[in-house]
Amino acid sequence: MAIGINTLGLYQQGSSVLHRVSAWAKLIGLVVLGAASIWLQSRWWLVLAVLGLVVVGYLVAGFPVGLMFKQLRPMIWLLVFIAVMNWWSFDWQRGIAVPGMIATLVAAAGLVTLTTPMSALIDVVVRAVGPLRRFGVDPERVGLTLMLGIRCVPVVAGLASEVREAQIARTATHSFRAFAVPLLVRALRDADAIGDALVARGFDD
Amino acid sequence: MVHIEVDHVGHRYGQGALARQVLDGVSADLTESRIGVIGHNGSGKSTFVRMLNALLIPSQGVIKVNGLDTASEAKKVRRLAGFLFTDPDTQIIMPTVAEDVAFGLRKSGLSKPEIAARVDELLERFGLSGHREHPAHLLSGGQKQLLALASVLITSPQLIIMDEPTTLLDLRNARMIGQVIGELSQTVVLATHHLHLLDDFDRVLVFDSGRLVADGTPTEAIAHYRRLMEV
Repeated sequence: MAIGINTLGLYQQGSSVLHRVSAWAKLIGLVVLGAASIWLQSRWWLVLAVLGLVVVGYLVAGFPVGLMFKQLRPMIWLLVFIAVMNWWSFDWQRGIAVPGMIATLVAAAGLVTLTTPMSALIDVVVRAVGPLRRFGVDPERVGLTLMLGIRCVPVVAGLASEVREAQIARTATHSFRAFAVPLLVRALRDADAIGDALVARGFDD
Repeated sequence: MVHIEVDHVGHRYGQGALARQVLDGVSADLTESRIGVIGHNGSGKSTFVRMLNALLIPSQGVIKVNGLDTASEAKKVRRLAGFLFTDPDTQIIMPTVAEDVAFGLRKSGLSKPEIAARVDELLERFGLSGHREHPAHLLSGGQKQLLALASVLITSPQLIIMDEPTTLLDLRNARMIGQVIGELSQTVVLATHHLHLLDDFDRVLVFDSGRLVADGTPTEAIAHYRRLMEV
């Protein structure tokens, strides 16, 4: 079973300026962009300008723009729905600004993960959560949980694809139960195996 | 040298009517540097090797590794003993090769340059230097198992326990992993169906229906196992 965990837009090696910028700076930039989005989305042309900057960011990092669209593809229908609803409920400017801002944030987050090793992202989270240690929070555990969450999304997607293929090969029918039960069983078995691997590698507390 | 004491060990999965005894009355005193474990599917060999690393605690009996009880001193035992799983995909935690090898040292207190140096040394040793920043899950089966082994060795264990590490590999990769195992300086306990891997081993244990039914040199033990398989 070869489930690629790099299919979620995770780190791709490079030597661009964006690859060299610290994980801290990139994450703070992302948080600032997220906070500013409330103000930005009131001006549709500004949203498009920021989206343009993110596109430039992909090019500077050495990635094709197609990679950005690949990351947005899973949510394309959601974006279309949001655009239509906003256009219909308010005006065409808002129909561009709101989904445009969401797409910009997702693409920017993708750019951060594509240019930052997972271990550097975890280090940032562990250090950021550090002050909470006095309240009984284990920063390393928070970082590990975050990392496992990211790891598990494409793993479960891969399992779902395999179960679906097996279902088609055997019955060629669409049964939710025949899909959900083996998926759940395999996901739990996989989680158990990952748990064993973590324990075996010293993360046993 | 690692000393493993297995004293009247048994293990039961489940409770009541669903209970299943998978190991029963196993005793052995292991001091050799190469120990093989063989048996048919469901014979109890995987349960046995998992107990040596305290991944499973026996329902009956005691296992001690260098005097450490696996039931009460599990963490210390795991620091002493690394574990290599059958499927490297479940063992690989981090996205890239170098990050995954370094993962085991996250809580070691070593500085980043020290960790990087040890990672580089292991990747070089296993011919994975060229894949340093590559996605770990895109390696070939043999390379993934080498990566998993490197990830185990990074913490410098004295004992390496392997649960059928070549089962999912083709013949060439299985042979390559066998060669790497042969070159390890650590004590190795290897559960396998690939009997040729045990040719140079010091001692081989044969399991059948949860019991240790033979214990001897590879020649003796494998002959016993073949007789079992003929029945």
